[in-house]
Amino acid sequence: MAELTYRDAVARGIAQEMARDPDVVFLGEDIGAAGGVFKSTVGLFEQFGPLRVRDTPISEQAILGAAMGAAMTGLKPIAEIMFSDFFAVCFDYIANEFPKSRYMSNGQLKCPLVVRTGNGAGSRFGAQHSQSVENWAMMIPGLKVVAPSTPRDVIGLMAAAVRDPDPVIFFEHKSLYAMKGDVPDGEIVDTLGTASIVRPGKDATILALALMVPRALEAADRLKAEHGIDCEVIDVRSLVPLDTQTILGSVAKTHRLFTVEENPRLCGWGAEIVSIVADEAFYDLDGPPVRITTPHLPLPAADTLEDAVLPNADRIVERVRRAM
Amino acid sequence: MLTPALFSAVVSFCCSRFAARAKVAANKHCTTRGNAGRMANAENRTSAASAGLNDDIGEATRLKMYRMQVEIREAEQRAYDLFLQNLVKGTSHLSLGQEAVATGFAAAMKPGDLSFCTYRGHAHTLARGVPVEQVLGELMGRDNGLMRGKGGSMHLTSAEHGVMGSYAIIGAHLPIACGAAWRAQYKGHKDVTVCFFGDGTTNIGAFHEALNFAAVWKLPVIFVCENNLYMEYTPIGDVIPVEHPAASRASAYGLEPVIVDGQDADAVYRAAFTAYERARAGGGPSLIECKTYRYSGHSRADPAKYRPPGELERWKERCPIKIYRERLKQFGIAESVIAGIEAEVRKVVDDATEACKAAPTPPLDIITTDVYADGGWAWRN
Repeated sequence: MAELTYRDAVARGIAQEMARDPDVVFLGEDIGAAGGVFKSTVGLFEQFGPLRVRDTPISEQAILGAAMGAAMTGLKPIAEIMFSDFFAVCFDYIANEFPKSRYMSNGQLKCPLVVRTGNGAGSRFGAQHSQSVENWAMMIPGLKVVAPSTPRDVIGLMAAAVRDPDPVIFFEHKSLYAMKGDVPDGEIVDTLGTASIVRPGKDATILALALMVPRALEAADRLKAEHGIDCEVIDVRSLVPLDTQTILGSVAKTHRLFTVEENPRLCGWGAEIVSIVADEAFYDLDGPPVRITTPHLPLPAADTLEDAVLPNADRIVERVRRAM
Repeated sequence: MLTPALFSAVVSFCCSRFAARAKVAANKHCTTRGNAGRMANAENRTSAASAGLNDDIGEATRLKMYRMQVEIREAEQRAYDLFLQNLVKGTSHLSLGQEAVATGFAAAMKPGDLSFCTYRGHAHTLARGVPVEQVLGELMGRDNGLMRGKGGSMHLTSAEHGVMGSYAIIGAHLPIACGAAWRAQYKGHKDVTVCFFGDGTTNIGAFHEALNFAAVWKLPVIFVCENNLYMEYTPIGDVIPVEHPAASRASAYGLEPVIVDGQDADAVYRAAFTAYERARAGGGPSLIECKTYRYSGHSRADPAKYRPPGELERWKERCPIKIYRERLKQFGIAESVIAGIEAEVRKVVDDATEACKAAPTPPLDIITTDVYADGGWAWRN
């Protein structure tokens, strides 16, 4: 067991898979000699060399297109898109190419690749470098989508993503890079499509993802201590495949559902889950599900403004307390 | 506007702005890469006919290329006829008049080489040996189609023939082709990746990203621009600030400007062969612009009324099949042999048509197959 930052866990997760399989290659902007703009890939270039850890031009379409062509002909590429906001300049690959080639070719083509990207707010980078865009990926048939919240999950889900035969979009949260957590020694391999109950409780279910997980946990501690409300917090971890059984099982137990979403409100991931719960567990509910989200706004840059729009423990406590 | 008269000689390199450089390029292509025996320069190409059947291409390859051009022409004309009978649905983009490009590039490939095509990809798919029946079946939405109706005209794919997909988003497949070539480079494989696209593609960002990427990484990929003079409905000359949509951009990526007569399968074959050899030897990518012309509109919906009067007729005088038929006769191939090929191909297309008409539509249970690698479509538990 070692204490590792989320940032270092990224490099360890990639290294674990590159050491295991020589067909795993890694490409992106400034990922190699520079160690990544978030310093999350430090040491990989030195360990695996410039042919496996390849710095690219600032060409997001070329990065994702090359990853796809390599994947369909036998490699297992990991591609970095520095900020998830940049998906917008290479969205053709995410929306039209990766997820549809297997289907359109009637199973002739494959696309086993991972796109890892820095997602989310908290860095005061403004509206084009801070978005939570996991729902952009979630809405496309043919993709798998994960967003780890702990260093251990970064490694385990990275391994699962690299070993998966389908295209996986891997959202790292920029505000979690400095977060520390205990990580077991040796190989860690997780399973896609599994949510994790990170705090058991009996009175309400709170679903959260990435940076919202520690905030939900903080809120749950305060709700218990200050209001006697015992919340179960679930780290959704994987949006596709979605572990609906864990979610529905929790709602059947607590009879209350809250989602904590960093994405802007419309069509956020929680909307789909609330819809599923309404369809399949309506009579388990003692009250309307509540979505706690960033308002439907572009993100402001100034720290005080950004803090005011993101869901935080205060807002979670307030909304849960008011609903119960 | 370019006219067929420009191509009256069998000249492959005619880029006026790069004339001096292109001449050097032509000479390099022809004489300095160890292929002098196979590669003819502009001068000895014109005398190739008098050299008889033992020239750099040879009789067997020429007969194969003639058969392929006729097959593409017959199959695509049949596809058009089937539209009119409402047996082909959706859209379709024909290569009538452009057959020599697909044929020359495919004929120069080796097994294992990879083709990346566009929505105008019937010709390139057929040229790799995919049966006519499977192509027409896909266009007709039948269960015998290449992808059982799940892809359609714009996405023809046959991995076993090296046809790694047909891509309907302009420019998307150029970076993908880079990736396939990167795999070959990384694994030490000797296959080359060939990526076909139209003149309109040269104005989209992915074209420029891919060319830069391939050149910087020295990837074994060949980019082939089929310049049929119209981006869709608009003349390409109206939307580029240079003379040639691909060749004039080549120097920006350290590549030689190569222009080929796309109506002459021999010229295409030679240019392809040179580029493939170079790529296999680690010489990096090539960008080849083939001047050609499509007889039909951009797609099924386009009557092509924007063309100046007489333009189509002038280009039909340089029909690639007509040119090649004459070439075979110059080489002493008997009319009966040529007519025999034509009759065989017509029978293949007729038989394929009947087989497709008789084929069932796909079963509905394939709607949910092959979304994910487990064969299904489950997104939740």
